Amino acid sequence: MTALLEVESLGKRFGGVTAVDDCSFGVPEGSVTALVGPNGSGKTTAFNLITGYARPDSGSVRFAGASIRRPDPVRLARRGLTRTFQQARVFADLTLVQNLVAALQQPWWAAVRRAVRPHERTRTLELLEQFGLSALAEERAGNLSYGQKKLLEFATVLMGEPRLVLLDEPTAGVNPVLVEQIEERIRDLNSRGLTFLVVEHNMNLVMRLCDPVVVLDHGTKLAEGRPDDVRNDPRVLDAYLGG
Amino acid sequence: MSRATAASLVRGGAFAAAGIAFPFVVHAAWIVNIGVLTLMYATLATAWNLFSGYTGYISLGQVAFFGLGAYTLGISFEHFGIGSGYNPLFALPVVGAGVALASLPVAWIALRTRHMTFAIVTLTLLFVVQQLAFNLHSLTHGSSGLMLPTPTFDIASYDRPFYLAMLALLLAALGLCWIVLRSKLGLMLLAIREDEEKARGLGVRVTGAKLVAWWLSIAITAMAGGVWAYYLTFIYPESAVDPLVMIGAVLMTFLGGRGTLWGPAIGAFVLVPAQQYLLTRLGASELYLVGYSAVFMVVLLVLPRGILPSLRDAIERTRERRRTHGKRITRREAAA
Repeated sequence: MTALLEVESLGKRFGGVTAVDDCSFGVPEGSVTALVGPNGSGKTTAFNLITGYARPDSGSVRFAGASIRRPDPVRLARRGLTRTFQQARVFADLTLVQNLVAALQQPWWAAVRRAVRPHERTRTLELLEQFGLSALAEERAGNLSYGQKKLLEFATVLMGEPRLVLLDEPTAGVNPVLVEQIEERIRDLNSRGLTFLVVEHNMNLVMRLCDPVVVLDHGTKLAEGRPDDVRNDPRVLDAYLGG
Repeated sequence: MSRATAASLVRGGAFAAAGIAFPFVVHAAWIVNIGVLTLMYATLATAWNLFSGYTGYISLGQVAFFGLGAYTLGISFEHFGIGSGYNPLFALPVVGAGVALASLPVAWIALRTRHMTFAIVTLTLLFVVQQLAFNLHSLTHGSSGLMLPTPTFDIASYDRPFYLAMLALLLAALGLCWIVLRSKLGLMLLAIREDEEKARGLGVRVTGAKLVAWWLSIAITAMAGGVWAYYLTFIYPESAVDPLVMIGAVLMTFLGGRGTLWGPAIGAFVLVPAQQYLLTRLGASELYLVGYSAVFMVVLLVLPRGILPSLRDAIERTRERRRTHGKRITRREAAA
């Protein structure tokens, strides 16, 4: 497997705090790669650097074989790299259908077209059906429960037909039934060729779902490998349990 | 055509018809004069809403471009000879498009800031333009003001052409807002207002969308400035770039309902006549300002989200109550 995303000695400091330090890892094409580590180990910062929400102080990111010199979320999303946020973020005042249609990537001249065209609505409803949200299609997204917002956010990033999706804690604060649903969605989409990079604290889920697993600690890669190998790595146990 | 579309067109058509008929029915010059002023504020508020209401970027510099439009038209009289009578009004689209185009680089820089910073940055624009008007003597005649040629309209219906020009601008602004709200551009703008960072992560071209909305908004604003200058025939820096006009337009938008189609115009239609009425009745005692603010306080107390959204909520609640009225007892029983 070739790497779809390659992170090369990435570094980022916020004042005196080194959030990410000489961090390198790869996301093989077609994989569900996990990025785990204790709180404050730099996972979300790494996400922000990869997706262009923050500028790295050092290092480089390669996506689909091309080096990303000036990371910018809009450009990256249009090249097929997109993300969700740790706290579910939806367009609260828009309906579910509008939320999804807003995420369609279209040429600039399409801006004069109708906001939601019939075939776009059809596609949206299909996607909402897969996520069990179709009954709420015309509801304001702000009225959804937190778990439903997580599902909607996940569905939203799929509208742009990405190649790589970065999920930031997709199951945090979500009830067990929805966790199962999210897991199922990831498996299904992955089997159809979509690559994932997942930050997740639910270790059972990570062990079931992800391969390889990358462990961060203090902003640096501690271990990388198959879930079983990583789980039994003494350095990893030490970082998680020994503090 | 859907029912909602037909309903909006009927609503717009009725408003346009009533608006056009008004100065032909009412001849009192002072009332038509209030009409011109009301339409001007309604246009400014609607244009402001098109950018600030839909994107959530609170611009306090809009009136800078109102002033630029006014001065551009005034200066054109001196340097290009744009005719008299109705002719100068036909030059307005060029003035609007030009001023808006010239404002784009400034907007592009200003839009690198957000929230309060954006409001302050745009507010400085207002004072920059005012200072330019003071100091570019050769063009603006500075503080002694710029005199425009007196329009050659019949004295009995002198206000009418300006009324109709302002009405045309308001209708154009409302039409634009209507189209934008139904288009993908509108969806992009609302997405920006709701969560710009998320929108960027989804690949929404946020900068382009904001600049288009800005351009449309400024073009209308500058045209309104042009009509106003031609109407008054005399402009000076403090009157052409007046922070109070800016505040008025913003207040009217909030009063009527920010982000809605008709809200800003409704706000203007409530506030401007009230202000003018109080000015004529209580003008001598300065009490009119107290009255003006009282109108405002009452509306904000009773309808905090603005007239239109509050009314919409009330209607929705009533409908909901009617629908669930029969079921209420069973629900209470179920709860017990």
